[in-house]
Amino acid sequence: MTTLHIDHVSRWFGNVVAVNDVSMTVGPGVTGLLGPNGAGKSTLINMMGGFLDPSTGAVTLDGRTIWRNESVYRDIGVVPEREAMYDFLTGREFVVANAELQGLGAKEAQRALATVEMEYAQDRKVSTYSKGMRQRVKMASALVHDPSVLLLDEPFNGMDPRQRMQLMDLLRRMGADGRTVLFSSHILEEVEQLASHIEVIVAGRHAASGDFRKIRRLMTDRPHRYLVRSSDDRALAAALIADPSTAGIEVDHADGGLRIQAVDFGRFTELLPKVARERGIRLLTVSPSDESLESVFSYLVAA
Amino acid sequence: MYNPTVARLTYRALLGRRRALILFLLPAMLLVISAAIRVLNGADDQAASDVLGGFALATMVPLIGVIAGTGAIGPEIDDGSIVYLLSKPVKRPTIIFTKLIVAIAVTMAFSAVPTLIAGFILNGNGQQVAVAYTVAALVASITYSALFLLLGTVSRHAVVIGLVYALVWETLFGSLIAGARTLSVQQWALALAEKVTGDGLVTSDVGLTTAVVLLVAVTVTATWFAGQKLRRLTLAGEE
Repeated sequence: MTTLHIDHVSRWFGNVVAVNDVSMTVGPGVTGLLGPNGAGKSTLINMMGGFLDPSTGAVTLDGRTIWRNESVYRDIGVVPEREAMYDFLTGREFVVANAELQGLGAKEAQRALATVEMEYAQDRKVSTYSKGMRQRVKMASALVHDPSVLLLDEPFNGMDPRQRMQLMDLLRRMGADGRTVLFSSHILEEVEQLASHIEVIVAGRHAASGDFRKIRRLMTDRPHRYLVRSSDDRALAAALIADPSTAGIEVDHADGGLRIQAVDFGRFTELLPKVARERGIRLLTVSPSDESLESVFSYLVAA
Repeated sequence: MYNPTVARLTYRALLGRRRALILFLLPAMLLVISAAIRVLNGADDQAASDVLGGFALATMVPLIGVIAGTGAIGPEIDDGSIVYLLSKPVKRPTIIFTKLIVAIAVTMAFSAVPTLIAGFILNGNGQQVAVAYTVAALVASITYSALFLLLGTVSRHAVVIGLVYALVWETLFGSLIAGARTLSVQQWALALAEKVTGDGLVTSDVGLTTAVVLLVAVTVTATWFAGQKLRRLTLAGEE
């Protein structure tokens, strides 16, 4: 049982604060580190992987400091986001080299290549690989020593749906085996499909933590904004504002429509068509106006 | 202290790049020039010393040192692939020491060996000129490799800085300002060459003891510092 502890960790680069007073505990199972691009996910993973020292706070693995401690790599496997590998090697040579650096050999390398199903292309040069193939060989290099902790930075980037499913299966299996698997992603659906536990990072801050249902609820319970156009905007507005699921309605003359702020997402989505039907109002446009992930995230930070 | 896997990766990275062409080009030039002089002038001790001192030791050895020394680590740090070495239970100074050995071996192979051959072509090792400059090239290879390996660890512009040092400092200032010569790997190496030839064919501005002390001190300090630097190396993400 291996646990990563992040204790009041901040990291800044010059004047820029990349990670701001984050505390979290990552234990066995699959944890998703979710956040928009530039939120500080990579910085956090780099600190967990020992490639960056925290400006303040401590990052430890079962009580052992990770920074400047090479021995932790017997327990940690790292899959970096960056593409660069030793492109002049074949996939097999690359994984064998990684195994040797762990004090292991060709047998373990072969097993890792089989785990990621890359045996069929193992004798091709890495430089000829697609992004998904590179990702899998990187995975193999991180798995050679059967680590109890696996850190992956944006592992699904550039993978096609089939490769994505394969990798998800693999990570799920590793989590079920009791390994501590942490991966970062900026895509909610990815995290939701795979992670039993989610940590949300926004603008360097720890915005939320919990299982995906809790995070999903946090995200859907926030006030939603809609632009609605109908055959009779004012009649519709009067009927909607009478219900507590709606917090505010504005008649937008410029765009020609209603700007509605709903506070109870579930109830509002049932109410709107019902009200329209009862009053004989035709709905012409119903479009959410702030469904971007960034707005979801920024709501979480404020909450 | 020496990791064969790190060494293998470093050799393949060094000799597999396009830059490696310069490693073959410079020695080839030296041999062609030497052959031409021998054919046109016949064997001449002074000419041999001029070519080996002026081109081999002053230009070729430091340039090959720059390519091998910075190339042994710089590109890996630049593109981030060093992460595969750093994420292993291998001591960081071991990585540096191994890369130093590889850089020294490559520099010696591509500078000292051609120097010896060129010396024999020029005057058949008369007055021990060939051996003297080969000894100088061998020791200079060690110190240049250590210096430029450190440079590759601390700066992204290692090749440029290395070239400026090798060409401007060692060659230009060295010939203009007497003081600069004391702080020149080339002069330290020449002090050893001077000991081998005798007869005033090779002269150095630095005494033998001073030269040896400085060669050892610079090599050891640069290597130690590079090891420390690698321990503290941070890999910022792409954000």
